Amino acid sequence: MSLLAIDDLTKRFGSLVAVHDVSLAVEPGELRAIIGPNGAGKTTFFNLISGFFAPTTGTIAFDGRDIGGLSAHARVALGMARTFQVTEIFPELTVFENVRVASEVAAGYRLRLWPSAHESAEIRRSVEGTLELAGLADKATRLVGELAHGDQRAAEIAMALALRPRLLMLDEPTAGMGDQETYEITQLIRRLHKDHNLTILLIEHDMRVVFHLADRITVLDQGQLLAEGTSAEIAANEAVQTAYLGKVA
Amino acid sequence: MKSGRTLRLAWVALMWLALAAAPFWMPFVGGYTALGTRVLVLGLAAMSVNFLLGFTGVLSFGHAAWFGLGAYGCGLLLKFGPPSTPLGLIAGTLLGGIAGGLLGALMVRRRGVYFAMVTIAFGQVFYYIAFQWSDLTGGDDGLRGFSRQPLQLGSLTIDILSNSNYFYYFVLVCFAIAAAIMGFILRSPFGRTLIAIRENERRARFLGIPIERHIWIAFTLSCFFMAFAGGLYALVNNFADPRGLHYSQSGDFVIMAVMGGMRTFWGPLLGAAVFVVLQDYISSVTVNWMSFIGLLVVLIVLFFPRGLLGLVNRRSVA
Repeated sequence: MSLLAIDDLTKRFGSLVAVHDVSLAVEPGELRAIIGPNGAGKTTFFNLISGFFAPTTGTIAFDGRDIGGLSAHARVALGMARTFQVTEIFPELTVFENVRVASEVAAGYRLRLWPSAHESAEIRRSVEGTLELAGLADKATRLVGELAHGDQRAAEIAMALALRPRLLMLDEPTAGMGDQETYEITQLIRRLHKDHNLTILLIEHDMRVVFHLADRITVLDQGQLLAEGTSAEIAANEAVQTAYLGKVA
Repeated sequence: MKSGRTLRLAWVALMWLALAAAPFWMPFVGGYTALGTRVLVLGLAAMSVNFLLGFTGVLSFGHAAWFGLGAYGCGLLLKFGPPSTPLGLIAGTLLGGIAGGLLGALMVRRRGVYFAMVTIAFGQVFYYIAFQWSDLTGGDDGLRGFSRQPLQLGSLTIDILSNSNYFYYFVLVCFAIAAAIMGFILRSPFGRTLIAIRENERRARFLGIPIERHIWIAFTLSCFFMAFAGGLYALVNNFADPRGLHYSQSGDFVIMAVMGGMRTFWGPLLGAAVFVVLQDYISSVTVNWMSFIGLLVVLIVLFFPRGLLGLVNRRSVA
């Protein structure tokens, strides 16, 4: 069964149809990239899946369960975590504190006033493990707001990972990054996918990143599904070349 | 980092020392014990406002309502119920806290300026009730005819009514308990979700925190603290004033918090101290004391946007 199954999803803003009848199925363990020119509706599509706003029509099923009516936080509780195109972090807290909030919520402690010493130690270990994985262990005590852009993006991914997601949704993780930072984030995503078998849905503009990482690629154009296939199929697809790759070249 | 922590602990220890010894040193700087009592009570109120403003990122401009309800609740119990100071405080705290919690459930659906407006509107409702319902509340004259009662601890009687030093220490103990609970909440996993909401509401929501519910809980807790402070205030004056419910009083609490430093735990207490002391001294010279405090607030906001205590420690409870 698909982990994420989307059927005929449509979102209208007044007369604008931002997402139009898009269907998509992501299998467990898959890394799926969503590409498309600016204004193709990729981020709107993400916002619909994560519960930022409700679809006009269509269904979203996560692990076989219809989640279209669930709030954003309920979707997180089911195992969907996301990052944003513009980094969303807690700037005046340290890297450790940023990730700790996520770990505590994931552990079900969000209303806890007095965690036991054992629970606190468990959270600490979990946060340290996540920071290690995201390559931020040496920056744990720094304020996130004072980090370099690439590290802030990594911190946001670390927060999403701390939620122990079954589906990780990354909205342009390499946006605004230099070559070295892009390389490091790409390697991180690759490790999460290959070593931890995490299912990942990825919006990305950088084609090198997409072709390097994705199992399958979905192409959106003007809110509609234009094509879907492997990297090779998408690279060879004429409609895609016209709509998207053609413009780049 | 470690040394910053030690330094902060040293400051806090010094503060408690100064508070504990206040009745002894205040006369030497031209103060008097009752002034210290007012600072503690209004400081607790400003800290309660700041629990929301500085640590949840939500501005309530109607918190005087819960302060005033606490005062009336305490005064009414002492006037018509058993003559017990602790029972009066409990009655006031419950009245303001429960009313705030119930109405807060309606308010937290709004955010930002709209939330602030709704809190003013609800707060003013209580002001007019206290103002109009003369039979019960004494109307414009305020609620009179009650006084704080000596404390009975077994066979020991502590006369907090006529001995102002004893009363100061009673208020100090109440203040310490409330501040300890508040600090404890803010250092808990729940408290950290509030700080997360303050820092970035969108991120907090997508970490799986139900924002409205957590803001409502924070609002309710803050109302209970506020009402407790209000109850103490009724004991300070042996009087409950309808103007204690008015939104201009809410504004004073916000000013204290901002002046002292709203990202710091103790800042509002310092803000209240500055406010109360200036009010006391300047109002003996001119009735326009508020214009001086206003000028001071403007200067602080312009030059020290993090408030007086924000200068000392850049990192607060987090």
